[in-house]
Amino acid sequence: MIYGVAVISGCMLAGTVFGKLIGQLLGIDANVGGVGFAMLLLLFITSRSSGKLSFNSAIKPGIGFWSAMYIPIVVAMASIQNVTAALQSGWIALLAGFLAVAASFALIPWLSRLVASGQTK
Amino acid sequence: MIGEVLIKNGLVTAFLCVGILMWLSYKLSDWFTRGRIHGSAIAIGLGLVLAYIGGRATGGEKGLADIPLFSGFLLMGGAMLRDLAIVSTAFGADVSALKRAGLVGTLSIFIGVLLSFTVGAVVAYVGGYHDAVSVATIGAGAATYIVGPVTGTALGASSEVIALSIAAGLVKSVIVMIGTPIVASRIGLNSPPAAMVYGGLMGTTSGVAAGLAATDEALVPYGAMTATFYTGVGCLFAPSILYYLTTLIIA
Repeated sequence: MIYGVAVISGCMLAGTVFGKLIGQLLGIDANVGGVGFAMLLLLFITSRSSGKLSFNSAIKPGIGFWSAMYIPIVVAMASIQNVTAALQSGWIALLAGFLAVAASFALIPWLSRLVASGQTK
Repeated sequence: MIGEVLIKNGLVTAFLCVGILMWLSYKLSDWFTRGRIHGSAIAIGLGLVLAYIGGRATGGEKGLADIPLFSGFLLMGGAMLRDLAIVSTAFGADVSALKRAGLVGTLSIFIGVLLSFTVGAVVAYVGGYHDAVSVATIGAGAATYIVGPVTGTALGASSEVIALSIAAGLVKSVIVMIGTPIVASRIGLNSPPAAMVYGGLMGTTSGVAAGLAATDEALVPYGAMTATFYTGVGCLFAPSILYYLTTLIIA
């Protein structure tokens, strides 16, 4: 159990440090893509060669636990959002947020088709 | 005494409460919608309702966690465990799907930032803000509630405008959480590449995380992967190029 937890912890910390470094290079005090780098690192570690099968089965339970906890954690996250402020902020914020989402939703089918057409070439 | 025990062991209390909430949500899903509305979508919706109740009851900014009994929710739902859990979902992800959609996924981040910024900026302008700093700050807020204040601080926007930009970002993330499972089938959000595009376009990590969880758990790693780069791209472009373009257009 602990091996898997240790592996994702290591990936997350390494990704966060890397994200912070990139943030510093860009002159912003933020973690730029840290979680994304951590995910890529985990994929890199676990998907390299078939010789790693025993390694993967050793780390699977610990990782499985945290990915199963993902939705409960998201539920907890939803319940600590500042929903009151979002709803009471006046029409500019409501409209800006709403229209930004609506416009983005509208683009998804188009961009997804771009992926599909790139695949057939 | 019971209250004291629950508060002292806040994280464990949060585990218990969320467990009960999840169980109830899946039951509600079975009883009232025959599973058509996913249990996790109901749980996330109930979480937002609880956040609203907590905010109204205490006047605080942390939703349910402002009530001492539920302060453990801050740790359970905070960035640390959330990021750890997101990273863990990448285990077993389809690498070839990631490669296939990598380019379009990256492209979608830039399009997403530009699109949200533009929409937010136009709303701000129509709403009576005619100076480039305020327009750009509110536009940045429509990207995410982190890009907004980062941009506003860099440009020296007023605190009222910065607050507005945070609110715009919050509204966006809440709408993404609620709206995603509702529109998912209509916008073709049913494959790893589509999820990557979706994460890149929306950007709000909390919104994408919850929205995809409520739609199809298997898509979470793909959406989260691109969404996590969005705020960085926004923080980079909103106070620089996008602000510059805003000054040109307004003048």
